[in-house]
Amino acid sequence: MPEPISCAEIVELVTEYLEGALVPDDRTRFEEHLLNCEGCTDYLAQMRETIRVTGQLTEEAIGPSAMEALLSAFRTWKKR
Amino acid sequence: MEAAKESAVGASAEDLQAIEALRAGDEAVFSGLVDRYGGALLRLAQSYVRDRPTAEEVVQEAWIGLLQGIHRFEGRSSLKTWLFRILVNCARARARKDSRSVPFSSLFDEASEPGEPAVDPERFLEAGHRQAGHWSTPPAKWHEDPELAALSAETLAFVKAAIDDLPGAQRQVIALRDVQGFTSAEVCNMLGISDTNQRVLLHRARSKVRRALEQQLDRG
Repeated sequence: MPEPISCAEIVELVTEYLEGALVPDDRTRFEEHLLNCEGCTDYLAQMRETIRVTGQLTEEAIGPSAMEALLSAFRTWKKR
Repeated sequence: MEAAKESAVGASAEDLQAIEALRAGDEAVFSGLVDRYGGALLRLAQSYVRDRPTAEEVVQEAWIGLLQGIHRFEGRSSLKTWLFRILVNCARARARKDSRSVPFSSLFDEASEPGEPAVDPERFLEAGHRQAGHWSTPPAKWHEDPELAALSAETLAFVKAAIDDLPGAQRQVIALRDVQGFTSAEVCNMLGISDTNQRVLLHRARSKVRRALEQQLDRG
């Protein structure tokens, strides 16, 4: 039997787990831990939620003067 | 996320059309691209250089670089990946040039420095305890949190600020992966870092954003 993983270790392995970067043995140990640990299951859900919320961020468009400068650069490029 | 999958296999039909239009000098297509990606490019540039005017110059250089290279574009990556890669190259060159005034630390340096733990060690049972390393203060159930379900502008602004507070390389990786939806392979290629370093930086960035979000939800 391999050594079980602690919760403190799970929180450091979460990204490797989500990225599919754990070797099969570690992946199995990780998943076995989750089966018996509500705290880590909730932690994994929090990480997924963090990723979802980050994915909702949008970037503001650039200002009109920056756009004007770029269009002018575009026209200069076009003339060549 | 769909766009990221697409770009992993190369340029889409839409990309190729846009490229053709740019080659033909279509200004509407150009300004459409600037509208779509200008803000993201500016924020990415700001993680490399000190002030906003410099970042704006870098963004302008990147667009000019794109136009100057447009005849060489072969569609092996998506237009978006190509554009962001040009930006990273311009921003890096600029940061190196200005490094006499701004300390320039490479991505590699940042990933190889020891990081802080993802979660405050005090939230786990101490060594010597029968269940050492297990949660003493377990995380909350976020699916029951109405604030996250509704996702107010305030929460989003808070997450944005938490990302802005990250060190440069972590900020670049989380912005490219989780905000822009690029794949890990694309990000490694764009930033010129190994898979492992990319993952270390992403882990630190996501862990800090999660912690910030937790503090915000506890307050609310």
